[in-house]
Amino acid sequence: MSAETSSSSAISDVEGVSLYDVDHPAPVIEPPRKRTGKTPKGSRTNFEMYAWLFMRLSGIVLVVLVIGHLLIQLVLDGGVSKIGFAFVAGRWASPFWQVWDLAMLWLAMLHGANGLRTVINDYAERDNTRFWLKMLLYTATVFTVLLGTLVIFTFDPNIR
Amino acid sequence: MATPTLEKNGTAEAGFADTPYITATFRIRRFNPEVSDEAQWQDFQISIDPKERVLDALHKIKWELDGTLTFRRSCAHGICGSDAMRINGKNRLACKTLIKDINPEKPILIEAIKGLTVLKDLVVDMDPFFQAYRDVMPFLITKGNEPTRERLQSPEDRERFDDTTKCILCAACTSSCPVFWNDGQYFGPAAIVNAHRFIFDSRDEGGEQRLEILNDRDGVWRCRTTFNCTDACPRGIEVTKAIQEVKRALITRRF
Ligand code: HEM
Ligand code: SF4
Ligand code: FES
Repeated sequence: MSAETSSSSAISDVEGVSLYDVDHPAPVIEPPRKRTGKTPKGSRTNFEMYAWLFMRLSGIVLVVLVIGHLLIQLVLDGGVSKIGFAFVAGRWASPFWQVWDLAMLWLAMLHGANGLRTVINDYAERDNTRFWLKMLLYTATVFTVLLGTLVIFTFDPNIR
Repeated sequence: MATPTLEKNGTAEAGFADTPYITATFRIRRFNPEVSDEAQWQDFQISIDPKERVLDALHKIKWELDGTLTFRRSCAHGICGSDAMRINGKNRLACKTLIKDINPEKPILIEAIKGLTVLKDLVVDMDPFFQAYRDVMPFLITKGNEPTRERLQSPEDRERFDDTTKCILCAACTSSCPVFWNDGQYFGPAAIVNAHRFIFDSRDEGGEQRLEILNDRDGVWRCRTTFNCTDACPRGIEVTKAIQEVKRALITRRF
């Protein structure tokens, strides 16, 4: 609670001159995007429901994928010090780890992107800001997912 | 307010140990657009029996210290839902909150509920709140001819939505929800509670329509299970649970 407190009548102004009176009241602070009779009705799709379900389902799978990933990369068998070109090349030689990493890439990216979409919907007040932030998000997501997928499938252990 | 007033201003003298009165500070967030565009905290020291309620303290302040203090109340007994306010950072009904329960040793903070336009002191514009309520069609919808006698229902069917019939539309839940604070388009817990009351009523036939409305971008999927609403509800309604039940109904409807 940072605002000052006073024991006298707090809302009478100090100098005795006020910009505001009964006929010229101060502007009130409206909440962001309030609901009125003109608020548009919904879109009648199930998109939000599927997005919500996807967050839970991908979350469950990610627990396994991410914790497994962290264990292998950072804890077991010498920890981070073992990671090098040869280590990565060795793992991606197996289709199992290729699928693991691919699933983790797609799920984490889509999960994270959808999570950020929620955050943008929450905090970006103006329609334009919201639109452009989402465009930036989707572009970054598509780019990262495609680039990652490309690397996993076209990785060549003999480039050097 | 039947308690006689012993002293005028908060100087309960030492030595009168048998008096129930204590001196408590009420720190109230005041706003009057006819004077200033800024809200300010103002302290009021009053002597009051801690077994009284915050509403009694507000009455005492308004009637004895500062008549300009503005707040809503009607029934004063937890029925009408007029006096939801933020007391020490939590949404409560002033008429159901005892002073002894909110640590009167320290100043008691009282401010308007959040997420709605403050019009004066503790009075907010409730229109957006009631708009969301209207939008879920909170009335019985049936098809076919009206029956000649009352619409009967088994005790089990009545029990199914008993919890959500208790709502008094005080807005404590909706105005405690961080999603609602950031985006007033979200229907908010209270509207969903009142949709739940009809969706799970065996006599009602508009459930499908209401589910469709709440399947919207601003509907139940915006709920992040914060549980602020359940904590705020003065009627003890399990608000978050009701929202989850609507989510589940939407999912089982599809799969
Ligand atoms: C490790 C297992 C994970 C689980 C179980 C999990 C679970 C969840 C769930 C259930 C939600 C939805 C919350 C809600 O709407 O109420 C969520 C939101 C979110 N997740 Fe995850 N997640 C995991 C990993 C990740 C990862 C790896 C990322 C980043 C790439 C991530 C980023 C996010 C973001 C940005 C949100 C939105 C936050 C918000 O709604 O405020 N999560 N997560
Ligand atoms: S559900 Fe509870 S907190 Fe919300 S409006 Fe109804 S009575 Fe008030
Ligand atoms: S004054 Fe009616 S609910 Fe508190």
